[in-house]
Amino acid sequence: MTENQQGRNGWSWWYLLFVGLFFVALWVPLYNRVEPTLLGMPFFYWFQLVLILIGAVVTAIVYFATEA
Amino acid sequence: MDVNWVALVIFVLLFGFITWLGFVAARWRKGDLDLLHEWGLGGRRFGTAVTWFLIGGDLYTAYTFVAVPALAFGAGAVAFFAVPYTIIIYPLMFMAFPRLWRVSHRHNYITAGDFVKGRYGNRWLALAITVTGIIATMPYIALQLVGLQVVIGGLGVAGDWPLVVAFVILAAFTYTSGLRAPAAIAIVKDTLIYLTAFVAVVAIPIHLGGFGHIFSAVPAAKLLLAAPTGNSTGVYGVYITLAIGSAMALFLYPHSVTGMLSASSAHAVRRNAALLPAYSLMLGLLALLGFFAFAAGVAKMPQFAAGFAQYKANFAVPALFLYSFPSWFVGVAFAAIGIGALVPAAIMSIASANLYTRNIHREFFNRNPTDKQEAQMAKWVSLVVKLGALVFVLFVPAQYAIQFQLLGGIWIIQTFPAVIFGLYTRWFNDWALLIGWVVGIVSGTWMTAAVQFKPTYSLVIAGWSVPGYTALYTVILNFAVAVALTWIFGGLGAARRDQTVPADYHA
Repeated sequence: MTENQQGRNGWSWWYLLFVGLFFVALWVPLYNRVEPTLLGMPFFYWFQLVLILIGAVVTAIVYFATEA
Repeated sequence: MDVNWVALVIFVLLFGFITWLGFVAARWRKGDLDLLHEWGLGGRRFGTAVTWFLIGGDLYTAYTFVAVPALAFGAGAVAFFAVPYTIIIYPLMFMAFPRLWRVSHRHNYITAGDFVKGRYGNRWLALAITVTGIIATMPYIALQLVGLQVVIGGLGVAGDWPLVVAFVILAAFTYTSGLRAPAAIAIVKDTLIYLTAFVAVVAIPIHLGGFGHIFSAVPAAKLLLAAPTGNSTGVYGVYITLAIGSAMALFLYPHSVTGMLSASSAHAVRRNAALLPAYSLMLGLLALLGFFAFAAGVAKMPQFAAGFAQYKANFAVPALFLYSFPSWFVGVAFAAIGIGALVPAAIMSIASANLYTRNIHREFFNRNPTDKQEAQMAKWVSLVVKLGALVFVLFVPAQYAIQFQLLGGIWIIQTFPAVIFGLYTRWFNDWALLIGWVVGIVSGTWMTAAVQFKPTYSLVIAGWSVPGYTALYTVILNFAVAVALTWIFGGLGAARRDQTVPADYHA
């Protein structure tokens, strides 16, 4: 890994994607609702399950972006 | 309850298989098991795939698979905090833990205590980190055995002897094979768990008439989080702080650190941060089983009355499986949960043994052990730790194990400033960190006891009541104390010892 991908202080600008992910995952009023349902499952449940997949994709993006 | 013979035979056969696997694992990726890093870290030889199974098998424990659906069954939507919690942990792992892996690889650190000792040159701070790790792990092991007890009870087998047998098996293969045993068994366990979860989430809703039907059976008060009213952040704040606090605590547990350090490279750790969410998805789906159990009405069925009387809501998932699956598949599903208890219990006992051996025995009793003595000591300690957990489960009410486990989370998070911030900066004064740790432990314990061992405490800030996870509140206090005292002690010209250099932390 070279310096421009992850500096000596351990920070990369790509990590801002994680900050966005945290904000969405923790902003409860955003998803604390029943509608729209998916296959009969309330939004509260399926949205958070989908967010796990989005989190994995975001992590993969940051991985490839910061890998040399 | 009658013995379910078909399920019991399948269960015993699968247990026999993993017992054999646990012993032959000693010869897997062969190394000299008389060296501590070979016995206790598998020689740091596990690539991306094995690490995935190992950490997944380690973090997503039997107790998790029983307790999270049980919480959904009993309390409803709030149980889903486990989902944002697992969404947060992997980016944290991605950012911080390759640094811990690299510095540990360079200096042959095996535990978080080793790292803190090297980084701060303060044996008392390292001792605090070590003791916190061991004490927080003990009730965690006990809870794994509780998970095992619930499924054995579900098979209709009475008495404590099956638990003792499982314990002896666990102790024997951990002693002979070290971390290679749970790593090999984790592959079997996770395959069974994925199979069970997939079948449960597809077959049971069909059986119960679809998700729409299941969720319509759940009362409105449990279906969503109650919106805050008046001058309170209500259950929203609870949900958020539980997610953040649990995420901060998880990777400080010794078994997480051990799992991570056994990876063959920092790249394997980073790749796993993107791959491990597969387990989170499974956990999220399994949490829904609590609602399935509710909709199926298992709690009111006479054949499960004894199970619910003994194990309370923790019996929801076993009862649902007994109700929904043919006997042979109940055997598979229960074996998945039972083996799921042994993998983390093995890793936890190894991690505690590594801590005791490296950071207590070597530091305070025998400063120059031979490699063989060191590894032998760890093997003995792993037995003692497991024996302690067994005694706890057999003779102390399960409620105390749960309360201890709760306190364990509040204690382990207090090591966050020293360990995680320590990966980035040597700015903190070591004594300031130690005093911050004391303040965090004392205030966390006191606040938890004050609310009769509930995880949340209601702070009052400017007329607002803010109920939230005690661990998060107290680690913030700990951090504030450490910062303030670092300022003061810095002015006193405190010495700074550091074995590591900045280049140790990145590739």
